[in-house]
Amino acid sequence: MPLVNGGKIADDSFVKLAVDTPLPESGDILVPAERFVGEAEVLLKRAGRVGVIWPNSRDIDELVPYLGKVAAVALVFPTFRDGRAYSQARLLRERYNYRGELRATGQILRDQFVFMLRAGFDSFEVKKQADAEAFMQTAKRYSVFYQPTGDGRITALHRRMQLRHSEGVGT
Amino acid sequence: MYAYDEIDRTLVNERVSEFRDQVKRRLSGELTEDEFKILRLQNGVYLQLHAYMFRVAIPYGTLATNQLRALAHVARKYDRGYGHFTTRQNIQFNWIKLAELPDALADLAKVGIHAMQTSGNNMRNVTSDQWAGVAPGEIEDPRIWSELIRQHTTLHPEFSFLPRKFKIAITASDHDRAAIKIHDIGLKLIKNEEGETGFEVLVGGGLGRTPFIGKTIKHFVHGRDILSYIEAILRVYNQYGRRDNIYKARIKILVHELGIEKFSREVEEEWQHIRNSSLQIDDEVIEDIRSRFTYPNYEKLPHMPDELRQATADADFEAWRKNSVSPHKVQGYSIVTISLKPIGAPPGDATAEQMDALADLADKYSFGEIRVGHEQNLALPHVAKRDLPALWKALDKLGLATPNVNLITDIIACPGLDYCSLANARSIPIAQELTRRFANHELANLIGRLHINISGCINACGHHHVGHIGILGVEKNGEEIYQITIGGRADEAAALGNLIGPGVKFDEVADVIEDVVEAYLALRERPEELFIDTVKRLGVEPFKERVYATR
Ligand code: HEM
Ligand code: SF4
Repeated sequence: MPLVNGGKIADDSFVKLAVDTPLPESGDILVPAERFVGEAEVLLKRAGRVGVIWPNSRDIDELVPYLGKVAAVALVFPTFRDGRAYSQARLLRERYNYRGELRATGQILRDQFVFMLRAGFDSFEVKKQADAEAFMQTAKRYSVFYQPTGDGRITALHRRMQLRHSEGVGT
Repeated sequence: MYAYDEIDRTLVNERVSEFRDQVKRRLSGELTEDEFKILRLQNGVYLQLHAYMFRVAIPYGTLATNQLRALAHVARKYDRGYGHFTTRQNIQFNWIKLAELPDALADLAKVGIHAMQTSGNNMRNVTSDQWAGVAPGEIEDPRIWSELIRQHTTLHPEFSFLPRKFKIAITASDHDRAAIKIHDIGLKLIKNEEGETGFEVLVGGGLGRTPFIGKTIKHFVHGRDILSYIEAILRVYNQYGRRDNIYKARIKILVHELGIEKFSREVEEEWQHIRNSSLQIDDEVIEDIRSRFTYPNYEKLPHMPDELRQATADADFEAWRKNSVSPHKVQGYSIVTISLKPIGAPPGDATAEQMDALADLADKYSFGEIRVGHEQNLALPHVAKRDLPALWKALDKLGLATPNVNLITDIIACPGLDYCSLANARSIPIAQELTRRFANHELANLIGRLHINISGCINACGHHHVGHIGILGVEKNGEEIYQITIGGRADEAAALGNLIGPGVKFDEVADVIEDVVEAYLALRERPEELFIDTVKRLGVEPFKERVYATR
């Protein structure tokens, strides 16, 4: 599955571990939430970066104490109809100020990129190669946003205010 | 009227181009039907029994004449020459080709109309009182707030993949024409003791398989906080709403399972985190939206002009005026409801010719504005009283002056088996038969206000639970059976109807409804006692007896 990171198709430095896969000596690992919470101390002491795969049904507050220590949080879209991870992403970015990699995993299609970017994702495990290749083009599809979210894009309401004020200065 | 600016237009055009790409990928096989389904639904496209059905939003029910003409154009060019106005301030076209949909959308986009989020598990078209801005006694025009919420919830990144669809309705009048109590969120504009504008917020109403009347979650939310409060409700719903069972996924089930106290505590907690964020709206933003609603330059007109005084001698005109013409907040003007329920026709249908002609009439007599109500009727919101006789004659020529608004033949009905792939039974033929049975205007008038609502299956698109008489088609051993309820209503005193007994066969429905009506005429205390009040006073029993004694 191609990974899009920072807007480009990129290599994935993380190796995904299952609950019972032996811990590799070194290298970056992505660990399921239950294992992460159980073994956090050991995992975080090890050389190499640690990321966590957080299911969309698990309270995100439980992850908050570790946010300063993890290198990546992967949230899950079991199907693209299931939007719980959008809320989790916004909470991580906007309420808990998480600044590390925020990865979308599961059934990820190009048609969700804009929504995901707005919710705070910056890395995507994309299902189809063609969708991954279309990332930049698709991400730029919209130039108007009605609601404020953590991605900081200016909303239509505020753009109108700006336009009005700048017109006001001219006249 | 609300005027889209360049910013709104850009968004709609961007949406059309995205959908064009999605259709292309579907037609080339790049997208599977399963992947495409959710994308087309987000653009109002259903796959129905015979063809694709296309649902277009009419936010808060307000249309400009160029918009109505664009809908007529779509009916003519891409469909079979008519459209169907629904209970959700939408219009549906039943015979559209998938490959032509992007063009139809692009044509509509030119006049600021779209189909975004008219289906799918996201925030649906925000509905409101079809008399908004002209109803006497309303707190203020609820469309300003409807538009604010429409914008906020359009392509909202967090609320586009909810557990289930989500509907918000807003009213600003004590008499609720927006049916707020049967919506996921119902908002009633009110003023607090300081004279500030805010909302009573209701949550968890809805019909379908498990009907509920919405409950008040908060008695007053200040206008500046309404977006954050809605966002808090939706966030709680998105996280905790059930996804294991589509029939239990609506917010009404979550509210019911948690109880309104616990649910409101969750919302309150979430709200405290976000209420002072950028979601707080300042007066300037509201003023900006308000400034883009324009209102007619009303003239100073007499309360009773000569033209009207003379016309009252005509009994046919008077019959129409009595049920189609309502008071306006400006002296000398009226609100005119246009019945889309001619005897023997499917409720809510309008032909392209009728739409075009209505647009002309609205230009001539109603400052270029038309409204769509959830009863599947239209309205002209600003008609000078002196023009009423001329307007009536013109409407009559178009077949749009049936004097039955709010009478027994003003039936709300879903498409049922004639179009809908989910249907268990026919709805439209039942409606047609009932309109024939009660075609006699004197009789209908004698009966008085009586709403019949018909749904072809448990999904309740025809709002049968809240019909004064509700008719629900179900399937039993391969046969269409109809269950009949009485005592429902969708207004400020919203209530769910009660079953009067076992279901009856297709051929018996009209007879049974006649029996119910006869029972009412015999039971009412005086002619002014409405059907709904008689049912409230006496309950189901006497009606049940009358209907089943002879069957
Ligand atoms: C012909 C295609 C249609 C299909 C496939 C369809 C499908 C559905 C379904 C599945 C539901 C239940 C959703 C739920 O409770 O979770 C529903 C509800 C509803 N539909 Fe339709 N519908 C159609 C047409 C219409 C029409 C023509 C109208 C208006 C006349 C309408 C108005 C409604 C309303 C108001 C509800 C909400 C009932 C509630 O409060 O729960 N629908 N529809
Ligand atoms: S109530 Fe049932 S039959 Fe009628 S339109 Fe809705 S889904 Fe179809």
